[in-house]
Amino acid sequence: MSLDKATVQNIAHLARIRVEDERLDAMVGELNAILGWVEQLSEVDTDGVPPLASVTGHGLPMRADEVTEGDLSEKVLANAPDPAGQFYSVPKVID
Amino acid sequence: MADLLDLSLVEARAALDRGETSSVELTQVYIDAIERGAGLNAFITKTPEKALAMAEASDVRIAAGEAGAMEGLPIGIKDLFCTEGVLATAGSHILDGFKPTYESTVTANLWRNGAVMLGKLNMDEFAMGSANVTSYYGPVVNPWRAQDGGNAQLVPGGSSGGSATAVSGRLALAATGTDTGGSIRQPASFTGIVGLKPTYGRCSRWGVVAFASSLDQAGPLTRDVADAALMLGAMAGHDPKDSTSADLAVPDFSAALTGDIRGLRIGVPAEYRMDGMPGEIETLWQKGVQLMREAGAEIVDISLPHTKYALPTYYIIAPAEASSNLARYDGVRFGLRVDGDSLDEMYENTRAEGFGPEVQRRVMIGTYVLSAGYYDAYYVKAQKVRTLIRRDFDQAFETVDAILTPTAPSDAFAIGENEDDPIKMYLNDVFTVPASMAGLPGMSVPVGLSDRGLPLGLQVLAKPFDEATMLRVAGVLEQAADFDAVPAYLGGGT
Amino acid sequence: MSDLITGETGDWEVVIGLEIHAQVTTKAKLFSGAPTEFGAEPNTQVSLVDAALPGMLPVINKEVVRQAVRTGLGLGAKINLVSVFDRKNYFYPDLPQGYQISQYQQPIVGEGEVEVELEDGSEKSIGIERLHLEQDAGKSVHDLHPAKTYIDLNRSGVALMEIVSKPDMRSAAEAGAYVRKMRSILRYLGTCDGNMQEGSLRCDCNVSVRRPGEELGTRCEIKNVNSIRFVQQAIDYEARRQVEIVEEGGEIAQETRLFDPNRGETRSMRSKEDAHDYRYFPDPDLLPLEIEQSFVDALAADLPELPDAKKMRFVEQYGLAPHDADQIVEDRETAEFYESLAEGRDAKLAANWLLGELFAALNKSDNTLADSPISADGFGRLLDMISDGTISGRIAKDVFVEMFESGRDAEAIVEEKGLRQVSDTGAIEALVDGVLAENPDKIAEYKGGKDKLFGFFIGQVMKKSQGKANPALVNELMRTRLDG
Repeated sequence: MSLDKATVQNIAHLARIRVEDERLDAMVGELNAILGWVEQLSEVDTDGVPPLASVTGHGLPMRADEVTEGDLSEKVLANAPDPAGQFYSVPKVID
Repeated sequence: MADLLDLSLVEARAALDRGETSSVELTQVYIDAIERGAGLNAFITKTPEKALAMAEASDVRIAAGEAGAMEGLPIGIKDLFCTEGVLATAGSHILDGFKPTYESTVTANLWRNGAVMLGKLNMDEFAMGSANVTSYYGPVVNPWRAQDGGNAQLVPGGSSGGSATAVSGRLALAATGTDTGGSIRQPASFTGIVGLKPTYGRCSRWGVVAFASSLDQAGPLTRDVADAALMLGAMAGHDPKDSTSADLAVPDFSAALTGDIRGLRIGVPAEYRMDGMPGEIETLWQKGVQLMREAGAEIVDISLPHTKYALPTYYIIAPAEASSNLARYDGVRFGLRVDGDSLDEMYENTRAEGFGPEVQRRVMIGTYVLSAGYYDAYYVKAQKVRTLIRRDFDQAFETVDAILTPTAPSDAFAIGENEDDPIKMYLNDVFTVPASMAGLPGMSVPVGLSDRGLPLGLQVLAKPFDEATMLRVAGVLEQAADFDAVPAYLGGGT
Repeated sequence: MSDLITGETGDWEVVIGLEIHAQVTTKAKLFSGAPTEFGAEPNTQVSLVDAALPGMLPVINKEVVRQAVRTGLGLGAKINLVSVFDRKNYFYPDLPQGYQISQYQQPIVGEGEVEVELEDGSEKSIGIERLHLEQDAGKSVHDLHPAKTYIDLNRSGVALMEIVSKPDMRSAAEAGAYVRKMRSILRYLGTCDGNMQEGSLRCDCNVSVRRPGEELGTRCEIKNVNSIRFVQQAIDYEARRQVEIVEEGGEIAQETRLFDPNRGETRSMRSKEDAHDYRYFPDPDLLPLEIEQSFVDALAADLPELPDAKKMRFVEQYGLAPHDADQIVEDRETAEFYESLAEGRDAKLAANWLLGELFAALNKSDNTLADSPISADGFGRLLDMISDGTISGRIAKDVFVEMFESGRDAEAIVEEKGLRQVSDTGAIEALVDGVLAENPDKIAEYKGGKDKLFGFFIGQVMKKSQGKANPALVNELMRTRLDG
């Protein structure tokens, strides 16, 4: 499995990272080197082996259905790069 | 009285209790040391005013007889922990200006135990790196210099490089770190200090910037094993805000340091003897085995057959989790925003400019291995191999109480080395990653010097949540090895 | 059934599957302690977890798990003792984590079935594919600024159950009946308030068309439809649109569409056109959700009587017609109102008056039973006055109107207006005799064979009594006089 430029561009878009054309070749090479290296896992016989679900060995803890937070708007908006009153804002999205 | 900087965490605690110094005095000594050590680039943010205010409060509590376990002890915090009101960067441009409005559980535990915060420590960006060269805030310099005629600046290892340098160079009494695949243990080995990664679930991850959620663990970097025991106790504990936190009591780790390992069975895994491993690493390991035997431990040859697959497994699982964990850095709610004409342009500009090359590489790999058509071949396959790695350890621990291995395959290298080849850099973690994959506790203890006069550590691994036995073995190893070399920065070596 | 669409080239069958997103009734969100109330000021119900600040972690709300299991039991579905939360990865500004925590490969509830009643009185079984838990997203506000979209995260992290049906529906009416039934079950269980206006119940409609009996066509998904009427309109429009395209030789593009209620049309959502690759994987911040069979059993034992069971009981116990029973049991409050009304009374009379007068009056005044000015008890006493002959059914209707308007007691109205039925034989005989005396010619016609005039005589008596005369007595006495 070897990545080509188009695939790398597509991954970059899925990850929302702009990759300039002049960096693309290098990136294709780097990613292919890493993927080629991890390819050695195919040597391992994993027939009948379940994927590891967790290393903790305990069950999923649960919270009681209680409201534990008041109005935190000041805290959650404190670091917003372009807040508009009580809102976050982003460039216009067209549905 | 000796130089305050010479005191360990445990010694300083005792000195404070005896009234031989005050927390304010001790803290000021470290603030000065940080200033002198600016060239090491260990700190991203210094908080001297906060440190002195905390120290004053500690002195009041000490006087009142209400001292906590870490009362008055000035420490550094890896910049992956959110501390309220203080810039948190994760070593990344993308968190520009981000001041958390909350305190991570681990740092809150430390402050509750009386610790004093000196500042936030440099690190590889988002903890992705093994040399601390991927930080947006520049590389950290190792206080050690090689005795090879050159005078190259060396890496401290990574990702907790700032933490390792700060402790090794005595810019902090101790420091927190995080370890995903070796990020505490490998830099500890590179800088001649002790680094401890607890069992996954022992320390809360709440408020720690996530890299790979199923692997990340916080732990201490300290000057010696006793300090590690003290500080781990102050960091650990069940946290209902972290679903993966273990609901177990925290043992008295200091009490575990009995100095007696007679009859303990210590495993030596054949598979850690790898092709191309430098002879000095093998020699060091044999020295460690010998010391353990002399201390009365029974040495048992064991096999961990899937060891060589741990690293490639890690480089599927960790990037996969990271690609998702780092999606929240989108320029909308905090940190850097680079404008664009559309929403997608804003996202892509922000993340292209905000993430450095190594982070981008891992996010891309992670995105790819989770994508449609490749998920089973990469991610699911890796999780199956991870099961096998865990089984290897489970089987081994049926016959042994602890495992002894090298920490890293080399000593510290020069800044700039290995940077053109990601995989070569990844191989730094070849000995630390397997235990990470299995969620086991592991720690590095400095045992000797390389041919170039640089520190080398050995790694002790133990069963899940048996940090006590791990610390007991590490304590004996430390005592037997009697590592007393001093880094060049502190006047050692030359 | 005649649900086929007649096109230019023949008949088409529409195939519908629905995904219902139901907000789980809880105080706090799925993975945080922030409140879930509707209509709060922007970003005031957002915890650090909901805003996905660095280092924040999810911890599941136990009540959500309980409610999901109860819902699964109510749908007669398989409860999975082990389920897994996955991350569904995509970028959108109202999705702060950059992923939605959902359940993909191992949902908490598996296959089930619901019975829906169709308008012609027949029943149809609609398969349930699965029910899984997931986080709601925040809200994007597009109309407050010309160049910006504003983001409100109040809904971010609210617990949703996504209930996925099988593609078993064949008409908009069936889809409507299915949503109505699902809402009814959820409200009986108290697991979702079913409020579609506030968005606690929303529908994604998967619609395709095919020639009857042939392979499934390409489907389009109409997102976020928020009323039963719109579900039906959207499906009707979409089915016709697809038939037109196919008949003109075109191909249906598999896409996400939006229903515009103002224009009654669906349109393509450009923003969702991106080929999605959600990169699902198990959320490493959470562990597999394991529940005990005993926990499920205890919830099953404690389940309330659900609409289907209640309907059967009403038919048996009260002798109701199935269609009447359907109407009464759809809403738990209505059923309770009815039972309290029917208790110790003529159950059919109670059903007729409830479905007739009271529902008509509520509809007309745009109210629901909860706002009814007449209580079950007060309504019952009106019915009692009919049954014991105090007033006639005819008078009762007037009394009802007065009760509905003023909220006053039936007794008070009857007393005040002197509406008691006259059952005094002597008084009625006098009225009968009076009417007969006034109409000798009509008597002659009647005797001559014009039987229909009997009704005329009765009417005259009732008129003279201002409606108060006991109609049965009038009838009996008139019959004696004329035919005796």
